[in-house]
Amino acid sequence: MNYLRLLRPGFWIAVLAGAAAAGCAVGLMATSAWLISRAALHPPVLHLMVAIVAVRAFGVGRGALRYVERLTGHDAALRALGSVRVRLFTHLAKVAPAGLAGFRRADLAQRLAADVDAVLDLLTRVLLPYAVALVVGAGSVMLIGALSPIAGVTLAAGILLVGLGVPMLQARAARRADGRLAPLRGELATQAADLLHGLPDLVAYGAAADRLDRLAATGAALRAAERRSSLMAGMAAAVTALATGFSVLVGLAAGAVAVRSGDLHGELLAVIVLTPLAVFETVGTLPAAAQRFAACRASMRRLAEVMATASPVTEPLSPAALPVGPHTLRLTDVGAAWVPGRPVLQDVNLTLAPGDRVALVGPSGSGKSTIAALLVRFLDPAGGRITLDGVDLRDIPSDRVRQIVGYLPEDAYLFDTTIAANLRIAKPGATDDELREALTQARLRDWVDGLPAGLETAVGEHGMELSGGERRRLALARALLAGFEVLILDEPTEHLDDDTAAALTRDLLAAAGTRTVLLITHRPGIAAEVDRVVTLGQEKAAPARVPAGEPLPA
Amino acid sequence: MKPLDPRLLRYARASRAYLAATVALGVAQAALIVGQATLLAYGIAAVFLDGLDLAGLTPTLIALAAVIVGRAGIGWLQEAAAVRSSAAVKDELRGRLFAQAAALGPGQVRTGEMIALVTRGLDALDAYFARYLPQLVLAALIPAVVLARLLPADLVATVTIVLTLPLIPVFMALVGMHTEAANRRQFRLLARLGHHFLDVIAGLSTLKIFGRAAAQAGNIRRVSAEQRRVTMRTLRIAFLSSLVLELLATLSVALVAVGIGLRLVNGDLSLQTALLVLILAPEAYLPLRQVGAQYHAAAEGVAAAEEAFAILAAPVAPAFDSISAGTIVFDEAVVRYRDREVLRLSATVEPGEFIAFVGPSGCGKSTALGVLLGFAALSDGRVSVGGVDLSGVNLRDSIAWVPQRPYLFAGTIRDNIALGAPADADVKAAARLAGAHHFIADLPAGYETMLGDDGAGLSAGQRQRLALARAFLRDAPIVLLDEPTANLDAATAEGVMAAIRRLAHGRTVLMAAHRPELIALAGRVLDLTPVGAR
Repeated sequence: MNYLRLLRPGFWIAVLAGAAAAGCAVGLMATSAWLISRAALHPPVLHLMVAIVAVRAFGVGRGALRYVERLTGHDAALRALGSVRVRLFTHLAKVAPAGLAGFRRADLAQRLAADVDAVLDLLTRVLLPYAVALVVGAGSVMLIGALSPIAGVTLAAGILLVGLGVPMLQARAARRADGRLAPLRGELATQAADLLHGLPDLVAYGAAADRLDRLAATGAALRAAERRSSLMAGMAAAVTALATGFSVLVGLAAGAVAVRSGDLHGELLAVIVLTPLAVFETVGTLPAAAQRFAACRASMRRLAEVMATASPVTEPLSPAALPVGPHTLRLTDVGAAWVPGRPVLQDVNLTLAPGDRVALVGPSGSGKSTIAALLVRFLDPAGGRITLDGVDLRDIPSDRVRQIVGYLPEDAYLFDTTIAANLRIAKPGATDDELREALTQARLRDWVDGLPAGLETAVGEHGMELSGGERRRLALARALLAGFEVLILDEPTEHLDDDTAAALTRDLLAAAGTRTVLLITHRPGIAAEVDRVVTLGQEKAAPARVPAGEPLPA
Repeated sequence: MKPLDPRLLRYARASRAYLAATVALGVAQAALIVGQATLLAYGIAAVFLDGLDLAGLTPTLIALAAVIVGRAGIGWLQEAAAVRSSAAVKDELRGRLFAQAAALGPGQVRTGEMIALVTRGLDALDAYFARYLPQLVLAALIPAVVLARLLPADLVATVTIVLTLPLIPVFMALVGMHTEAANRRQFRLLARLGHHFLDVIAGLSTLKIFGRAAAQAGNIRRVSAEQRRVTMRTLRIAFLSSLVLELLATLSVALVAVGIGLRLVNGDLSLQTALLVLILAPEAYLPLRQVGAQYHAAAEGVAAAEEAFAILAAPVAPAFDSISAGTIVFDEAVVRYRDREVLRLSATVEPGEFIAFVGPSGCGKSTALGVLLGFAALSDGRVSVGGVDLSGVNLRDSIAWVPQRPYLFAGTIRDNIALGAPADADVKAAARLAGAHHFIADLPAGYETMLGDDGAGLSAGQRQRLALARAFLRDAPIVLLDEPTANLDAATAEGVMAAIRRLAHGRTVLMAAHRPELIALAGRVLDLTPVGAR
């Protein structure tokens, strides 16, 4: 991810305001120091008026400008966040789900959302403080350097040490500590999960005390490792204190020499000595900002990886005309791979004629769901071809294909909103009557009518307010509402017992009416309910060469 | 959020020593700040007004260097102490939480939340110990020490600071009260908008299937803009608090500086004193301002600690005495869950009987077994074993339990079979009886094979055989089996049933069963279908 693309004009206004605010703090200290030194010479009060006004102005200006900095900075960051979200989503919408197969992890969505939010931190708490410190540091070094070159050089060295040296040392210490701590943390997490998930077994077998002893030993080891890393933890604070202190000390020594030799007017001595105190108030926040950067950079790197994924389907430059139904889908010698070079399907032949009801069976890993992904053009075949009424699927834009071919995956997703809103994803303008009709076909109508809020009932996160069967039927109602002419149904195997799954499948086939149906199932006993059974790949262990799935007579 | 939760001191002893160390270091820190200011004021005044040369200044410079090194050392010690005590406190809280979870028994703590709490959650306490707590101590100590130093030097400046300093906490409270409510609303909104994005990404495939993905990009743009607008509205007010605090602090310093400047002109004040005031005045305000800044980092850790305290405060039943097996009598035993009756059972099971509980899912088959294990509490009626009422005693030592989905622990196969067994137990013999020996022996590392997360890599049949081996090794008079052949294909189920026949020999067996061939193993069948549903 290119950080510069995140920096909008508002960000630079924030930097200006921030630099001015920090400049006010430095100015307040420098002017006050001069004012007091000057006053010690008992001049007429009138000669001090400019300095007095300046001190007060700096006092007010600092707070006000800091307020402007924070507001404009956050506004710019939130705008950047919005545009990153849209860019990421637009890319994901193009490549998901097949293009993300290399990342396939349960928490991908969660991680992406958190990674995107890191943009806020990156802008307001890393880039902004560094930009402000850069401006103020350079200005202060020039001011002090003009009065005493030695003091100026010392200040510059101190600023670089705190702003760059300390973060580098911190990063190294963190890497070393992580190397020691990460395995222990992982071990502790595993043992904690074992204790809590396995608690019934442990309690029943009287083995909980033994587990607690093991956890205590791991906890003690982790604690000891954390103690060992504690020596490095205080380093940032110590180095910052030393850099501040010695800038002041060198300022005093160099200033004393310059005053004695007449190179420096005595009333400016306090300016040289005390100004660094104000400068390091700003610079001292940099080590913390740098630590945050490490976390942000990891997020940005992951986002960049996702943004770099290539689309698994190639949209046609000159799309073929969409055939008018009834539709026949034909797979000829089709092979496919989610990750290039790791084929999960080879030489598959299958024909779905209008009104066909075909069951696709085979052990898990034999590529049943891959065929579904191919038919809805989430994925293009690596070999062979798929045709819709004789037209190669690759010549039809993928979203047009999905107007004809629908897919109800095993884990169909329900959005955290109402039943009605979940259904209207299939058909945005659908009337309540149309929704009820779809629910009737999915045999969910009575249940919905019995709910106090009816169609407006919230389904909860991932539909968790519903039972497994209700979730499934709601997803089915949604697929029916969309009016696909070809429907691929992936039978759920988890979270539902065999009887419930079988009842669901019967209802599902009944509800599909005259549509063409491809039923993906793991139950060999399905033959009685469909026209044909196609068996895919017998050997789970040898995905590189899956036997062809020939249509078998029912 | 209370500044310092007394429960933290009570539950985590390490935090008390740390608090004491922090106070000691804070006092030293405050003394060094005052010392540094005194030395600087003297040095500047001496060079400027008295023409002191470098040689004359040297003792001051050496003392100053010592003070600087001292401040650095204290800063370092403070952080190191923070890491150590945070590690100790986390370890102590984790240990207590694990012990509490085990004492409360299965189903009493929410597993996912507790795992998150003991891993990442408690780590948020690091910021509380390393940043917030020391800052809180400094905020109390430094102004006091600084004012004590200024009082004999200059009364006017001291009074000015004494009058303006309390305004900071007052304004903090005034503005804070308003912004805290606004912030909470804000965080909820942020969470909701973040959640919308998450929901849309997680359901992306579904959106694509229905051709709704492209339309969502505009939706995300709109929601993000809305989020920005609402966030900025609250931030404009939230940042006012820091604006007020900064204005107070800097204006007070400006006020003090101008005041001493004017008095200097009149000759009421020495330059050295004036410089001392100028250097020390901001130091008095700084720690108070920073407490506010550290508040948010600390809040997360405090929230985690509060979550931990809530779990630790749950009452734990005392450990019950064990009783031995005998005739089991369910006498109108009723278990209710959320006002719903999940079990109603009257039955007598003689020693050596093989009973199958049958009925539709949800009729209480597993619950009946859970009652004997002490996992499910009776709402009504009583259960006795050998004439002893089961409430207030513990039958587990006499039970071998094979749950529907046995949990397998990270570790070797041998360790998993020997769960709760003495070290010299004959694991292999038990595995042979359970029909598990062959597949174990075929593994490259045999009984020493390490199992992945919850037995990853094992088939359902293999898991079930390992659980049966556990039961054989336990050699208990009562065996509880919960749908032992669920999710198994016919051939595997046949092998498991053979092992069950061996296990049942000479023991009392209570089994929740669904499949007819499994039910056929039992000597007697008890139908748990509720009367109304038959």
